[in-house]
Amino acid sequence: MTPLQIAVTLAGVAAIVWVNWYFFLAAQRPVVASGAGTGPQSVRIVVDGGYSPSVVTVEAGRPVRLEFERRESSGCTEEVVVPDFGIRTFLPAHRITPVQFTPTRPGTYEFTCGMGMVRGRLVARAGKGGPA
Amino acid sequence: MDTAATSRDQCTIPVSGMTCAACSARIQRTLERHAGVSGANVNLMTGAATVTYDPTATTPGDLVSAIRATGYGAELPRPEQSAESLVALQDAARAEEIGELKWKLAVSLAAGVLAAVVSAPLMVATEHEQDPLTAFMMPLTVLVRHLAPWAYELSPLVLRLILLGLTVPVVGWAGRQFYTRAWTAFRHHSADMNTLIAVGTGAAFLYSLVATLAGGWLRARGVEPHVYYESVLWIIALVLLGNLLEARAKGRTSGAIRRLIGLRPATARVVRDGGEIEVPLAALRVGDEAVVRPGETIPADGVILDGASWVDESMLTGEPLPVRKEPGHRVVGATLNRNGAFRYRIDRLGADSTLSRIIGLVQQAQGARAPIQRLADRISAVFVPVVLSIAIATFVLWFDLGPEPASLNALVAAVTVLIIACPCAMGLAVPTAVMVSTGRSAELGILIRGGEALERSEGLQTVVFDKTGTITAGRPVVQQVLTREVPSAELLRLAASVEQLSGHPLGEAVLAEAERQGLELDTASELEVRTGRGVLGLVAGHRVAVGNRAFMDEIGVDGSPLSDEADRLAVEGQTPLLVALDGALAGLVTVADPVKVESAEAVARLHGMHIETVLLTGDGSATAAAVGRAVGVGRVVADVLPEGKLAEIRRIQQEGRVVAMVGDGLNDAPALAQADVGIAMGTGTDVAMEAGAITLMRGDPRGVAEAILLARRTMRVIRQNLFWAFVYNVIGIPVAAGALYPAFGLRLTPTMAAAAMAISSVTVVSNSLRLRRLGGRAVAHSERTAHV
Repeated sequence: MTPLQIAVTLAGVAAIVWVNWYFFLAAQRPVVASGAGTGPQSVRIVVDGGYSPSVVTVEAGRPVRLEFERRESSGCTEEVVVPDFGIRTFLPAHRITPVQFTPTRPGTYEFTCGMGMVRGRLVARAGKGGPA
Repeated sequence: MDTAATSRDQCTIPVSGMTCAACSARIQRTLERHAGVSGANVNLMTGAATVTYDPTATTPGDLVSAIRATGYGAELPRPEQSAESLVALQDAARAEEIGELKWKLAVSLAAGVLAAVVSAPLMVATEHEQDPLTAFMMPLTVLVRHLAPWAYELSPLVLRLILLGLTVPVVGWAGRQFYTRAWTAFRHHSADMNTLIAVGTGAAFLYSLVATLAGGWLRARGVEPHVYYESVLWIIALVLLGNLLEARAKGRTSGAIRRLIGLRPATARVVRDGGEIEVPLAALRVGDEAVVRPGETIPADGVILDGASWVDESMLTGEPLPVRKEPGHRVVGATLNRNGAFRYRIDRLGADSTLSRIIGLVQQAQGARAPIQRLADRISAVFVPVVLSIAIATFVLWFDLGPEPASLNALVAAVTVLIIACPCAMGLAVPTAVMVSTGRSAELGILIRGGEALERSEGLQTVVFDKTGTITAGRPVVQQVLTREVPSAELLRLAASVEQLSGHPLGEAVLAEAERQGLELDTASELEVRTGRGVLGLVAGHRVAVGNRAFMDEIGVDGSPLSDEADRLAVEGQTPLLVALDGALAGLVTVADPVKVESAEAVARLHGMHIETVLLTGDGSATAAAVGRAVGVGRVVADVLPEGKLAEIRRIQQEGRVVAMVGDGLNDAPALAQADVGIAMGTGTDVAMEAGAITLMRGDPRGVAEAILLARRTMRVIRQNLFWAFVYNVIGIPVAAGALYPAFGLRLTPTMAAAAMAISSVTVVSNSLRLRRLGGRAVAHSERTAHV
């Protein structure tokens, strides 16, 4: 092997490691939904090639209101699906579309685009008033 | 392309309490001054405010509060309107996307063709590519040499600059979306199809740019300054073509919902202040009286007050024959009034209406995720980063081990891997099929609650029918009148007269028959009802008793003269009612719940599909066995109490069989829930729609086989889609990486990869769209039961 080949190989290995680290392991900080008491816990999620925040923490047993603000018109994100709650909604571009449901049990629920490529997670924790 | 964020919405708000033009003007002024409102129109006659507003500045809820603050009543726009406007928005967005894609595609294609012409002389200059595409392009090279010999006089540098000039607008405008979307996704630590296209074409473009502007620098380092502008152009053109076809096809997958929503008329003719006026549907209120003329669509659910007609309910039930409607009958919004006119009272609007519930169920079904999708989900979540990794590895392997020019081959192979990988096919495989299938079946009057119901229905082994209302009509009807001396009409008249107040279903059958024959009933006095046995009373001076054999014994009437007849008829599934006149047996009337004419065929079809059938009933064994024989059902379980139905389903499940329960969804809800697939079946639009995993809107038991068939076909299409999507990627990616090169010298060009990718996702969507042609055979030759 020439020094150049060795360099390219090492660079390639480094690139693969970086790609997998960046897409799978790099931290995505969860955002806690706002709203106390018994009303809905709401959080604004910006849809722009992805969901930000993409991880939302809520309290189980209380209604959750995800306000999707779609800032693009790419066809990919035109629908949002929350499969565990049977929700498939069209998100008009440049608007805020609320989606409301109640995770009765603690757990992790996904929300994705219509094709399941763009995804986010809703982490429902056992709340003070909710079931343990 | 993202348009400016000034968006406008419109909503119609029903307003009540307006009495004069001053009221409407006042509300209109209030609305017009409200922040975010760009226009308002309040109509006194229709009682509705139509408001145009900026959805980022205000909401319909704010507008309603503003109207209420002026002292008038207002309600939020009903959900079906938002469903309608959402569909309209979605259509508009899709139309815009398609229009834009067409332009971009046209420009990219034109640039691609020009680039092919300009590249021809360059290809001769650098004849190291011997792939199939180059061979395919050779005739073009000859043609260009013939038609445009001047092109060959130009220096390679000039040719490359022309190609660069063609590529820049395509990359910067037509293909811009790939790069911007890839970048926004990247910022979110996520990657999608755009990432692959952007990295692939970006690498090819940047390399070509260096080769064009600093060819000498590359050559000095032993790398041929080859350019790949043409590939970049064709990849972008082909991916845009794929996106265009996909956008069109995706628009069709939700066509069924659109058709359902489109069924609703725009206006209704209501009676207000003694006159008839047209009002927009949004301004209707519960309690309004509306008038429907022949050929008009019924605007909302309600009950007929006067007039009569035949109504075509096929759009909701799949039932092809019009249904007779008279005062007291229910009519359903969105169905079509055929030939009569009637006035009716609206009693359900908005989310409660039948159409809204159907639309809601279908939308919910389309949003629910099928279990079979889990694998596809898991793969698509890691797909793009894995493909990026494979592309990098491909580059390294070609660079280290491949033939010269190693760096060029490595670049081409890596780009080809990125371009051929198609996560879209996998993402579209299940949802498109579920959407098309649930939408299509809704049109056939079969509501399926999503992917899971489809999956379970496919594997059904046993179908349990509740007898009453599913296999039989659910309404007992008089079958025979046997009499000894009194004329049969007189016997029926007397029996009906005492049964007038009994309220028993069998008694009601006697009453209905007397009414059908136009018999005048007498009032009965000294009425005595012995629950479950019979009834006794004084009619026109005669003591009349109607009941079973035990009842006759009880009141000292000898039932033996007709006992043979009674036993024989009981075996045939009829229930004999003995009639005594002044203490002596006068005759008997038999009543039975008639078997639907479709039932035998429904059972036979299931047997033909290798599905076992069971009849479950609370009736006595003689009646149950008679019905079982009539329809050819495999096994009969009689004398079952309501709780027993649930236990029977459990018992069959414990045998390891996958069971469907078919019932009316009202009194057998627990059994429907216990079954692997609960099938709720009603008559006409009168169904407990939310009770089962599947709802048959039409009271035709053949719908059970139809639904299972539909599920089987859908699952087959889903499997084909998944298989195709997996196999495509599993074969395509290694071939693109050059897996066949060492043995066969075969490799793909990036352009071929782009064509393959575009075809693969379009194939999946088109395959799903085949489900639009599903079913409807039973619909074609349906007949109603004999006794309706």
